[in-house]
Amino acid sequence: MNRSHEHIPGWGVDLDRRDRPAVPMERKPPRLQGVHWDEPVPQQSNVEVLTSTEHMRRPPVYGTSVPPRGLSGRIRRRAFRHSENDLRHWLMLLFADRVDAVESAVGDGARSPQVRTATSLGIAVAAVWILGRLTR
Amino acid sequence: MLATTYRRPYRVSVRHVPEPTIEHPLDAVVRVLRTCICGSDLHLYHGLVPDTRVGSIFGHEFVGEVVETGADVRNLHVGDRVLVPFNIFCGTCYYCQRELYSNCHNVNPEATAVGGIYGYSHTAGGYNGGQAEYVRVPFADIGPTVIPPDLHIEDAVLLTDVVPTGYQAAEMGDIRENDTVVIFGAGPIGIMAARSAWLMGAGRVIVVDHVDYRLDFVSRYAPCEVVDFRSVGDMALHIKKMTDGRGADVCIDAVGCEAAGSAMQRLTGVNMKLQAGAATVLHWAINSVRKGGNVSIVGVYGPTFNAVPIGNAVNKGLTLRMNQASVKRHLPRLIEHIRNGHLDPKAIITHRVPLQEANDAYQMFSAKQDQCIKTVLIPPGADVVAPTPVAPTSVAPIA
Repeated sequence: MNRSHEHIPGWGVDLDRRDRPAVPMERKPPRLQGVHWDEPVPQQSNVEVLTSTEHMRRPPVYGTSVPPRGLSGRIRRRAFRHSENDLRHWLMLLFADRVDAVESAVGDGARSPQVRTATSLGIAVAAVWILGRLTR
Repeated sequence: MLATTYRRPYRVSVRHVPEPTIEHPLDAVVRVLRTCICGSDLHLYHGLVPDTRVGSIFGHEFVGEVVETGADVRNLHVGDRVLVPFNIFCGTCYYCQRELYSNCHNVNPEATAVGGIYGYSHTAGGYNGGQAEYVRVPFADIGPTVIPPDLHIEDAVLLTDVVPTGYQAAEMGDIRENDTVVIFGAGPIGIMAARSAWLMGAGRVIVVDHVDYRLDFVSRYAPCEVVDFRSVGDMALHIKKMTDGRGADVCIDAVGCEAAGSAMQRLTGVNMKLQAGAATVLHWAINSVRKGGNVSIVGVYGPTFNAVPIGNAVNKGLTLRMNQASVKRHLPRLIEHIRNGHLDPKAIITHRVPLQEANDAYQMFSAKQDQCIKTVLIPPGADVVAPTPVAPTSVAPIA
């Protein structure tokens, strides 16, 4: 079916497949400019970073956000005993995410002034009620 | 600083957190000027990506200004305005030597199957993201690209992911002149894939979705034919009818793991998590493409498994291509296309929102409210750097 494409800006400007920027898929040498290292020096950090068992060595650069903590952290550490090929690895991580959400909600609540005030009031009311019962 | 932090499924919170620091001699710290919410951020937001820890800062689409550089950074200077590809990559590993920057092996301890991505869970390396006032940028000498003075900052921020991913989706389809290309998904990636398919000489471009305002937008913006899958009984049969019984030459999955369209797939993939998301679009793509055709996948799926009709793919002799976009290798060509008027990325932006309102913006984007297609978040004090925003209603049909 032949259709006119005159109304389409740039129609066919990348028609030549050999001239497309990601052809061939594996392109050597890379056209990347500005590389002045052979192997990146390892990042120095005291943050706990979990490493896949499928890595033969820890990659030199990594993120250091939110290290494992609490019960969810213990589950994550267990998960990383299994390879990425093992379904348990991923299911344990998904489970740890839910545990993390609950732990954090509890932690947020403990730090919230409103929750603290409500808790204090509740304890005071309960104490008065118990004291009243005891003194009858 | 302020940052968009994950709290629990369907909940993010903008909170004060410590500013990032230089952690490696090749790092830079960038002050964020514009950052976007990506459709793939919704997978995190919905709690579908394993190892998404509470407190993580989201955001892998951002541009900004360099405010600090590490001791070994030579090519970037304080004050440079840069667009930062969503991939973090080292430039020297086996994969970077082959320009597969999204598959870099030197930046993600937590997984070998995934490269490093800003703000995309510990499965993608545990890096904080750019939906914040400041962000740490590793390998600053090769990752970021200085924004050319003639490039609009909103075009620049969409070059960090949306445009290259859409373009690579079309490229992986190996489109030839007058091919019929079917794109599943009328979100930002699908829209850009549709525009890119024309650049590669497609004869027909058909976009499939079920959200009316998005189909309306892409029909004018791409411009292309559209199909509302709610109005057809069987997707593959419908595409065959549209193509004289043969099927499309190329099918592109620009949806991923939260696809609508199949109650069974939603139940098993999204609700019960018995597979790594709903594989509806993979089914449609494999069954709608012609024998010997190409299926290109840029939709995001989880790391476990999906039930797909792989036997049909074998029997039809299909070529399946898929990857995260290697943004850096596409940028020179895409900047050229913007300059020549072949691509107009910023026209897909429908909302510009202060960073402080990120939670509302996530809710709106997730629920597809207010005709939302693309949302840009603007950190405090960064609003003065850009020209007057273009109102979404000013997007004119190209045809």
